[in-house]
Amino acid sequence: MRTLSLALRNLLRNRRRSLTTLLAMVIGAVTVLVFGGYARNITYGLQTGFVVRGGHLQIQRKDYFLYGTGNPAAYGIADYKHVIDVVSHDPVLAPMINVVTPMISLGGIAGNFAAGVSRTIIGSGVVVEDRNRMREWNDYQFPTNLQPSPLSGTAEDAVVIGNGVARVLELCEPLKVENCPKHKKLEAAEGAAAPADITALAALEARPATPQTEARIELLAANVHGAPNVASLHVVKAERQGFKEFDDMFIGMHLAQAQRLLYGNETPQATAVVLQLKHTSQIPAAKARLAELLAGALKAEPLEVQDFEALNPFYGQAVGMLNAIFGFMAVLIGAIVLFTVGNTMSMAVVERTAEIGTLRAMGLRRSGIRRLFMSEAMVLGVIGAATGVLVALLIAWVVNHSGLTWLPPGQADPVPLTVRVWGETRMIVGTSIGLALVAVISAWWPARRAARMLIVDALRHV
Amino acid sequence: MNVVTLNKIGKTYHLDAVSVPALVDINLEIRPNCFTVISGPSGSGKTTLLNLIGCVDQADSGEITVAGQAVQKLSDDALSDFRARHLGFIFQNFNLLPVLTVAENVEYPLLLSRTPAAERRRRVAALLEAVGIADKARNLPGQLSGGQRQRVAIARALAPAPKLVLADEPTANLDSHTGAAIIALMRAMQREHHVSFVFSSHDPKVMAEADDAVLIRDGQIEDIVRGALPEAAQ
Repeated sequence: MRTLSLALRNLLRNRRRSLTTLLAMVIGAVTVLVFGGYARNITYGLQTGFVVRGGHLQIQRKDYFLYGTGNPAAYGIADYKHVIDVVSHDPVLAPMINVVTPMISLGGIAGNFAAGVSRTIIGSGVVVEDRNRMREWNDYQFPTNLQPSPLSGTAEDAVVIGNGVARVLELCEPLKVENCPKHKKLEAAEGAAAPADITALAALEARPATPQTEARIELLAANVHGAPNVASLHVVKAERQGFKEFDDMFIGMHLAQAQRLLYGNETPQATAVVLQLKHTSQIPAAKARLAELLAGALKAEPLEVQDFEALNPFYGQAVGMLNAIFGFMAVLIGAIVLFTVGNTMSMAVVERTAEIGTLRAMGLRRSGIRRLFMSEAMVLGVIGAATGVLVALLIAWVVNHSGLTWLPPGQADPVPLTVRVWGETRMIVGTSIGLALVAVISAWWPARRAARMLIVDALRHV
Repeated sequence: MNVVTLNKIGKTYHLDAVSVPALVDINLEIRPNCFTVISGPSGSGKTTLLNLIGCVDQADSGEITVAGQAVQKLSDDALSDFRARHLGFIFQNFNLLPVLTVAENVEYPLLLSRTPAAERRRRVAALLEAVGIADKARNLPGQLSGGQRQRVAIARALAPAPKLVLADEPTANLDSHTGAAIIALMRAMQREHHVSFVFSSHDPKVMAEADDAVLIRDGQIEDIVRGALPEAAQ
């Protein structure tokens, strides 16, 4: 017969009231855990997407992050092979690394000469085999339908473009792009007629209008000296990208092709060396080691390291927003639990006033009375939290096996709707402790009131 | 030595702007191992006097010594500990803890006085046997009659082996037959355990059993009738 046993029995005295209070706590715990699990899933999903595409860390030439998009070629890493060699053979980094690979980012103008259309693009040149290995990274065990890169096994002039690029360049038919209605071309702007000799020359140069069976584009980019360089490329596939802005501009190609565009016959460079680690939690250790290497073995070139959060500000913004919503929700539910348990305890104190007087008369100290009521609240909190965790796990299991899908931000294709509660020990323990703590805090005032009652007044209470 | 000594005790209740003197200049000595009844009409101050002796209320003036201890200077915690060790209470409404079994109710004061588990079990069994409800040990108070509940309350009051048991109108909620049985039981327990009992009551049967009777009216002692000192107290 200890305080906790007494507390439990007292809670069972008014079962309906205790159950109602418990229900409020369970609903609170379930709401927090299910939303937390959903938010956690989005966070991990975003992280996986960014890590698969751009790795955890990128070694770049100093200031490339700030100014490089204006002239990527000028911010290349000259001896990128040495950088890769040093990093992949470093005894500290090697065990952490999943993939080390070079990449090139570039901008330019892609055109479909046959259709007479063009548009600006941003592209990247990658080592396809490395990228396929990067696609396998799945630290958070998402259900996957892993497809190799469309560039796998293709010739050096092969490229992949975004669906938006395919539409603008009128390549929907050969690339089988959906949602590509025929559009009426804009009429040429009115103005003075061209001279007759120019018109005649244009007519001679014009190709006959034959249907396109192969998707080819021309890509114009500025080389390292600022001079234009053009490549004729074979589009092997159009792929939808997560963001429309990106979908309308994306072009992916082999690294060698991108290097030839930017550096011609000169020594090829890379704009970044991408490091994909085995686990995201290794980022601080890897960054620390890279800092040592940049100051030592790699100090010949001015280099710096960026992590995926810096490279993708959207990730931090999304995580921040989800955390804010989660925090707001947790505070709101905490307040509801606070008032519910507080009300229950206040009613218990009033109902048991004579009992409080009896206990005090028998020699129970004020602190004993306080402990008694706070123990009851704690028992309520612990039972509520435990039940809430179980119910949340059950709901998560049902949702995860329901076959529902949704389209997360930045993703091109729908993914299974999953709620990640199981395995999120920190969230479960935090929510449980938080709930029990809120319950105990809410009992503090009624318990204090009970402890401060005058014994004779309490004994007189009917 | 007297188990209780009250010296010039005064107690006034303040209700808004009105002051109501409950006890005025009370001097009283309660002899050890006696059955003492405090008697008087309603509102005379019986319960207030009992509360002061039981250390559950504070006098405005005067000195109170209980079981050799001047109790007025004690802190609240010290008073709680003092009550747990030296005093037992029997209430008109029994005041048993409804969530505890009969045995647990009797055991509770022993937990407060930190009695070892084996000793607790032994004492509880002996007391339940003595008050005649050993067969109800596992029952809850709600499953007992009024007389049985009061027997549990008597056992509970005697559990910590107190020097003094205070009972406020212990037979008021019982029928006359049960009340008489309870008085007889308390008398027997008082003799067996060599403990002082102080009652507030105006039940003639209780008064007839008393060694000493204190008559109180309008907050003042009107008369003290002392019988022969029981053998055990001599």
